[in-house]
Amino acid sequence: MASVIIPSNPSQPTAGRFGVYGGRYVPETLMAALSELEQEYERAKADATFQAELDDLLHNFAGRPTALYYAKRLTEQLGGAKIYLKREDLLHTGAHKINNSLGQGLLAKRMGKQRIIAETGAGQHGVATATVCALLGLDCVVYMGEEDMRRQELNVLRMRLLGAEVRGVSSGSKTLKDAINEAMRDWVTNVRTTYYVLGSALGAHPYPTMVRDFHRVISREMKAQLLEKEGRLPTAIIACVGGGSNAIGAFYEFIPDKNVRLIGVEAGGRSGELGEHAMRFQGGSPGVLQGTFSYVLQDEQGQIASTHSVSAGLDYASIGPEHAMLHDTGRAEYTSADDQAALDAVVRLSRTEGILPALESAHAVAEAIRIAPSMQKHEILVVNLSGRGDKDMGILARELKIQGSNA
Amino acid sequence: MAIHFKTKPGLVVYLTAGDPSIAATRDIAIAAIDAGADGIELGIPFSDPLADGPVIQRAMDRAVHHGVSLANVLALAAEIRDARPDAGIILFGYINPILRFGLSKFVDAAAAAGADGVLVTDLIVEEAAEYLAEMKRANLAPVFLAAPTSPDARLKAIAENSRGFIYAISRVGITGAQQSMSSDAASLVARIRQFTKLPVAVGFGISNAEHVRAVGEFADAAVIGSAIVELIEHSTPDAAAGGVARFIQGLRRTVVAPTR
Repeated sequence: MASVIIPSNPSQPTAGRFGVYGGRYVPETLMAALSELEQEYERAKADATFQAELDDLLHNFAGRPTALYYAKRLTEQLGGAKIYLKREDLLHTGAHKINNSLGQGLLAKRMGKQRIIAETGAGQHGVATATVCALLGLDCVVYMGEEDMRRQELNVLRMRLLGAEVRGVSSGSKTLKDAINEAMRDWVTNVRTTYYVLGSALGAHPYPTMVRDFHRVISREMKAQLLEKEGRLPTAIIACVGGGSNAIGAFYEFIPDKNVRLIGVEAGGRSGELGEHAMRFQGGSPGVLQGTFSYVLQDEQGQIASTHSVSAGLDYASIGPEHAMLHDTGRAEYTSADDQAALDAVVRLSRTEGILPALESAHAVAEAIRIAPSMQKHEILVVNLSGRGDKDMGILARELKIQGSNA
Repeated sequence: MAIHFKTKPGLVVYLTAGDPSIAATRDIAIAAIDAGADGIELGIPFSDPLADGPVIQRAMDRAVHHGVSLANVLALAAEIRDARPDAGIILFGYINPILRFGLSKFVDAAAAAGADGVLVTDLIVEEAAEYLAEMKRANLAPVFLAAPTSPDARLKAIAENSRGFIYAISRVGITGAQQSMSSDAASLVARIRQFTKLPVAVGFGISNAEHVRAVGEFADAAVIGSAIVELIEHSTPDAAAGGVARFIQGLRRTVVAPTR
């Protein structure tokens, strides 16, 4: 009974705490399953066979290691820091999400759970999980907000083609938060037979730690690649932050390297007004949403606020608890890019480097575009390009007025 | 901490506070008590009730849309307490609105309003040290949920930290109607009784006299939630109190017969 709502002694965090953040705020029905998951994950982590199987799939199925690409033309145009892109967009299924889905899929198999559920925002986690379920022969149900189904329709079609059942969620704002509520209700009901593959570094312990561990490979590769190419560490690492899985994966191995700036970019949306953005650190305050204590966008009554971003994957009212700790300790900095800056970054990267980034990842590119010109030429920026933008073509065609053959 | 179950089984009625209005919830609560409910669970509206099924989700949505605040709910509890001094009143909610209000301030206000206890759906015993200390200070009963999936070690901790009664979840799942009582409920209650002399109430999916009678075979009280919230949803605001009263009288007549 050591941990409390807000632990009075953050220097002695209990399991699943990041400073004061994290914890387990779930209905009692889930507690046995969370404990079982925690124990099984700890055993799998120490099991060389499990790790070897995961490494093999990451390499031969997903396409790791991903390239660390020097964006020469973008660097020259901006005239400042040297910009590298960590190419998670080149992974199978098009985003970093497959790292975690493979890890958790293997874990589910190991635990003998045949039925898999997942939530998805932009659809990348849903596609990755549907893919892993097809690969491992598991049944897959994906919850997705109806608003997200509309704006990321291509991913809905991909999931269905892969054999997953996609269930639309019509409650609340019909986005990621509502999909997580519905996935948790399913899990509460079917907990004895079902494994919940949570897609971000969110939720109750052990999810934030486990999801981070499955994405650590990003920063591990990044560090080795930089040392090989440049013989030194970067000035800064930039990643977009929705729930925060790609960002924590890109930051993690650099946390002890105090001279490396870690920059998380939240969705600035349409404006700074509550409901028009997803800037948890600028507009939110500590609270509990969906199993974890972290920063939450909420009103004065503690009701969760609606959010907006042009990118479905960043459109979420809370943020992973480890980011909340990194924010409070000052180890990481959190800034934002608005919808327009993200759209501009999509166009710029596409036309300068021939790389079409996901709208989510474009928020990180936008921050690089903003700060690189004022930096020295010997400084190095690494942008974690968490996903590719093919899924966004419908939104991009509309927002950028790109015409197709039927126009 | 005066939660007395006058009959076996006792009846606890869940109401989402402020659905359809604070005044209507007050009238419904009083009518329910007069019709034979031993206690009222007043649901604190929350935008993201992830342990609740569609009926209570809709009620929560309506109350949140009406702008029902935690302060309104506390004032409502005080009104019910003034009107019916002997009824049990439990505040039932999710942790975030309580944290936002301020845990210490909430506990003081709940005690001042005359509530007997509090149940926080998404607060498990391991995370509850500070909450438990505050509840003890204010002499309020912390009521914890026990689930069919809870192993004995967890049930022991739940029993040791609960006051007033223990709320046993009838089956694995969210709130809402079900066809028949699952066999989970009786075995859960039996496991809980190994660790406590406190009364055990069974809830989730209890919607008719048959369910209440079944609960009475092995538990001390039945909690009726979604069935009543749905009845209110389908009533006009004026007719809701009368409808709920008739529903509870019907349960009392068929279930708490003089001889069994």
